[in-house]
Amino acid sequence: MKQHLPWLALLAVLTAPMAHAVEYRTVLPKQSTIHFEFRQMGVPIKGGFKRFTTEMAFDPARPEAARASIEIDLASIDAGSPEADDESAGKLWFNRSAYPKATFVSSRIRALGGNRYEMRGTLMLKGRSREMVVPVTYTPGASTAVFEGGFVLKRLDFGIGEGMWADIATVANEVRVKFRIAATGN
Amino acid sequence: MRYSTLAIVLHWLVALLIFATFPLGLYMVDLPLSPDKLKLYSYHKWIGVSVFLLVAIRLGWRLTHTPPALPDGIAAWQRRASAVTHGLLYGLMIAIPLSGWLMSSAKGFQTVWFGVLPLPDLLDKNRELGELLAGVHKALNFTLLGLVILHVGAALKHHFIERQPFLQRMGWNRKART
Repeated sequence: MKQHLPWLALLAVLTAPMAHAVEYRTVLPKQSTIHFEFRQMGVPIKGGFKRFTTEMAFDPARPEAARASIEIDLASIDAGSPEADDESAGKLWFNRSAYPKATFVSSRIRALGGNRYEMRGTLMLKGRSREMVVPVTYTPGASTAVFEGGFVLKRLDFGIGEGMWADIATVANEVRVKFRIAATGN
Repeated sequence: MRYSTLAIVLHWLVALLIFATFPLGLYMVDLPLSPDKLKLYSYHKWIGVSVFLLVAIRLGWRLTHTPPALPDGIAAWQRRASAVTHGLLYGLMIAIPLSGWLMSSAKGFQTVWFGVLPLPDLLDKNRELGELLAGVHKALNFTLLGLVILHVGAALKHHFIERQPFLQRMGWNRKART
């Protein structure tokens, strides 16, 4: 054991500053994605948003000070088909001319142990806001870290799909949202 | 001579499903997007999958049984035409649901039979391929329509004009005799 001690000490010296020095602030849009999935007549439909801007600051040594905000351009939707993309802009869905963006702003981030975190924040969609609790996994890399998470939102909480579309037997209420945000330090 | 009861039941069941889902397909494609349209598309696909499975059983029956002989008075060329038409009908009843399933996959919509049983997507999402397969599906269906008209017309002609005991072959009356 004794002969290992210098090595362990060296390892500690080398890794400790690394763990504390990096604060991830610069998001790489091309390596970041937001996808969603919902069921329509029992059929899983995949979609996503191509344009969104993310601002964040995350220091693994001080997760409680971390923050993140995302602004999604709803016009960049892929709702599964061109017909659905067009339909989603209308008043019954996103009412995009009145509410072109969706935003999420974090309020509190808490370490859960390992590389898992819990992010609380407010999701604002179609003029309605809801508190969300989002589990996030942090994967450190050589220069780029990846933050992945997901949550289930109920579309009717936000009035997404009103009138005839409120029928959740046709289009399910639950929408599973998944994101992957890549960021570099400083 | 009469087909077996199983063959007769399957024949009329498949006929009923095709007579329901063909006009449904024509009607639904031009509807504006709505929950009703999504429902009708699903029903159309569920019926199509059902037709495919029932026709697979029918093919199995047909390959293991000899159908009742045609009445004597039927001309040789008509016997050949009958064999070719039946072969094409079977082929189309298999190919049409397949083309619909592949089209649906290419358009990015998995087929889930009765909303419960997911069929695998054999093709990746590809808009151009989806459009192409939609054209194939439509062309095959209108070919089927033509053949069904020929099939029904020939049966009615043999039965009513030539006064041959023809419709009994696929009829419900067990006592029917040639």
